[in-house]
Amino acid sequence: MLNSSLLQLGAALRSKKISSIELTQLYLHRIAALNSKLNAYITINEEMSLVQARAADVQLAQSKTHALTGIPIAQKDIFCAMGWRTTCGSKMLSNFIAPYDAHVIEQFNRVGAVNLGKTNMDEFAMGSSNETSYFGNVKNPWNNNAVPGGSSGGSAAAVSARLCAAATGTDTGGSIRQPAALCGISGLKPTYGVVSRYGMIAFASSLDQAGPMAHSAEDLALLLNVMAGFDERDSTSLQRETEDYARDLNKPLNGLRIGLPKEFFAAGLSADVAQAIEASIAEYKKLGASVVDISLPNSRLSIPVYYVLAPAEASSNLSRYDGVRYGYRAPEYTNLADMYEKSRAQGFGEEVKRRIMIGTYVLSHGYYDAYYLQAQKIRRLIAQDFVEAFKQCDVIMGPTTPTTAFNLAEKNDDPVQMYLSDIYTIAVNLAGLPGMSIPAGFGGNGLPVGLQIIGNYFDEARMLNVAHQYQQVTDWHTRTPQHIEV
Amino acid sequence: MQWEIVIGLEIHTQLSTSSKIFSGASTAFGAEPNTQACAVDLALPGVLPVLNRGAVERAIKFGLAVGAHIAPRSVFSRKNYFYPDLPKGYQISQFDLPIVGQGSLTIQVPTATAGQTYKKVVRLTRAHLEEDAGKSLHEDFHGMTGIDLNRAGTPLLEIVSEPDMRSAAEAVAYAKMLHTLVRWIGICDGNMQEGSFRCDANVSVRRPGAELGTRREIKNLNSFRFLQQAIEYEAQWQIDTLENGGTIQQATVLFNADIGETRAMRSKEDAHDYRYFPDPDLLPLAINNEWIEQVRGTLPELPLSKQARYVADLGLSVYDADTLTSSREMADFFEATLNEVPKEAKLCANWLMGDVSASLNREDRDITQCPISPVQLGGMLKRIADGTISNAAAKEVFKILWSEGGTPDTIIETKGLKQMSDVGAMEAMVDEIIAANPVQVAEYRSGKEKVFGFFVGLAMKASKGKANPTQMNEILKRKLAG
Repeated sequence: MLNSSLLQLGAALRSKKISSIELTQLYLHRIAALNSKLNAYITINEEMSLVQARAADVQLAQSKTHALTGIPIAQKDIFCAMGWRTTCGSKMLSNFIAPYDAHVIEQFNRVGAVNLGKTNMDEFAMGSSNETSYFGNVKNPWNNNAVPGGSSGGSAAAVSARLCAAATGTDTGGSIRQPAALCGISGLKPTYGVVSRYGMIAFASSLDQAGPMAHSAEDLALLLNVMAGFDERDSTSLQRETEDYARDLNKPLNGLRIGLPKEFFAAGLSADVAQAIEASIAEYKKLGASVVDISLPNSRLSIPVYYVLAPAEASSNLSRYDGVRYGYRAPEYTNLADMYEKSRAQGFGEEVKRRIMIGTYVLSHGYYDAYYLQAQKIRRLIAQDFVEAFKQCDVIMGPTTPTTAFNLAEKNDDPVQMYLSDIYTIAVNLAGLPGMSIPAGFGGNGLPVGLQIIGNYFDEARMLNVAHQYQQVTDWHTRTPQHIEV
Repeated sequence: MQWEIVIGLEIHTQLSTSSKIFSGASTAFGAEPNTQACAVDLALPGVLPVLNRGAVERAIKFGLAVGAHIAPRSVFSRKNYFYPDLPKGYQISQFDLPIVGQGSLTIQVPTATAGQTYKKVVRLTRAHLEEDAGKSLHEDFHGMTGIDLNRAGTPLLEIVSEPDMRSAAEAVAYAKMLHTLVRWIGICDGNMQEGSFRCDANVSVRRPGAELGTRREIKNLNSFRFLQQAIEYEAQWQIDTLENGGTIQQATVLFNADIGETRAMRSKEDAHDYRYFPDPDLLPLAINNEWIEQVRGTLPELPLSKQARYVADLGLSVYDADTLTSSREMADFFEATLNEVPKEAKLCANWLMGDVSASLNREDRDITQCPISPVQLGGMLKRIADGTISNAAAKEVFKILWSEGGTPDTIIETKGLKQMSDVGAMEAMVDEIIAANPVQVAEYRSGKEKVFGFFVGLAMKASKGKANPTQMNEILKRKLAG
């Protein structure tokens, strides 16, 4: 059951081989047994999950069902879910019970999926190792000394360790793809605007995008079908015709042109990851694809650009956490300014404070033009690189990360080294393109390697097709971490 | 030596949308604290702003009314600062790309001579959309501050003028004209007590012809009287300071209406760095010509155009035209009355500005609460115009219409207020008067024309006030001439 695809789980539920209550309890028991070791979840609420499971069983009995009815999904703790504690990995919101549902949560509720719990994450999604969480770091199920990646590290670990059927994540600079790669699962960041951001706690609004995390491309397609769609409550949500992201899964890949950016295979890429990626490309050639060498010359600037723009937006987005209306307020203060200072100094962690400082600095009078405006210009150049590249190829491939999972605490003292682990993923967010990561073998240390697939705008269905065809001829995505009992 | 006062105004008008600029919560005034603040207004984690088209349309309407360029693309920016009644920690406003560009407003400035005005054109720099903040309540909380977010997110149009005004009187005339205009085009209720129309005044002084002096900004003036007093006090303070060898520091000041003085609140050195940047939650606001034309179609005839028409086509004085267009309701009332007696514009104007206004003022009502309708008033004026009643009788009719209602003709009939215009009867009366007063007749005929008034009085008395005075005068003159 734990290794079943979402389609198989759905079939088992509809044929009454298992009830949603039983399936939910199966996962809840696993979480009870394993979460103390992995710390993948911040909040579990059995009662609320089982209420939803019971309702799903009623729906299943009446045959009024959707593919995901009754299936337990883990929700990144960045999505507001009514009645659930929603912390965003921060002490600042450690006491915040959301009074409303995010669009993503609504969409899953609408089809009768079960909210299994809220997964751990880097504080306010700022981090690449899940070590900035106020609720402690998550461990990589493949090696408990290694990081799971971040910021959606809890979701990635939960999927990898079979602590849920599937999960949601959000990706601002690689936060779905990087942990998916490091934990050996599949993850998709859609085109900016495909999934509504309403109710998703903002980090960097112009980059944040929610997406699914699961075992396979096929599962991702089913999840994206539920998550995507226009929402008038998000002005950046795109009004497009509804599409079935699973429609092209089985198309053959004959004639597919894969662009390989030379910048993604240059110095900094570890040999074992390079080897695994090259092997995957060879597999694609067997499937009928051809390879084109391309260049994304401005992508080398994506990290500096990102670390101007994302903190700038974050510094403003996080101003609302002031201790006035909700969230953490310092127990003692002498006046208003002191209340602000102490509440924010105590409520935010180091990485969040670092980024608020950077963001405040780059937006300040006299620096705005040199940093923020300059970064916006380069952002457009980076996007233009992709426009040029997609004239020569249908999808772009490369490694998701430069290395496999690094060790806990390894990069804590060097933020720049930490930031570099997102070097291949960030340009995609800056351009607003869809990107995904799928398992593509293992590195020298036995840890998973992720293959990144970047598509043109709104090409999610094609990317899922490309990933699915690969998963038909490889079994990397079915591997389970050795010491996780299944 | 002379000083010149230089004034520019920034006026915040609250737009009359029923919901807020970025959320669906109600904007109605006076509700219990925090009952009109939804998740977006509270800035809960994860909420997002969605622009209210009604607010945009009102801004477009304003831009068209002042002949301004409507930006095909404008941008909402975040103005970042911490304050407890600013829930997001930033205000969504427009910064370098506002929705309304340069325009102008023609004002009539009163002079020391009653009824005399001069015309002046004030240039508008820009007008931009933004959200209002909530309110901090410092009383009733025993050393703590209460926060009411009902007002948070209310749409505002901030209208910025060039420093074109040269006296408090000009500033007040401009503010009043703007106040008339925003109500005229229906984008703001203009209620100054409720804060729907708030003025900030930038004041500086200089020697005529010199560079602009350093300005100080007087914040939050919510009546025309305070605006006048604050500017006068501030300008005199600056002149005194400079004449005593001091210098003016750029500052924000508050006007204390109780003592009639301005007081510095913060200097330029403590000025915030608002760290403006485009709000990534909102797309740039695109306005195409079609939308602009659609809004233009909803624009009523504007006060200036009406004024010009009243002067040119109806022969009214500039002063009358200005007064009759002081509000759209007044102009509508005037035009509806005129519709009853199309050739009597001056008569309509005189009655509206005279007895009608005086009666309204006495009862503290405005024209929309006038107990006499334009049809009733026009019906009465018609009877003055055709000679059926005298002006004196009309005042009687007016009083009855005001307090009891009814139709003018019925009142004239039942109260017997018709003028006498039977020439034969009037001649008989005059003959009798001449026969009974030979001494006075002789005086008149010898050249003492002042005695004429004596005869008019007798004639009117004989006719019980009903004689048509023009006719009666004419008969008297003829008969007295012998």
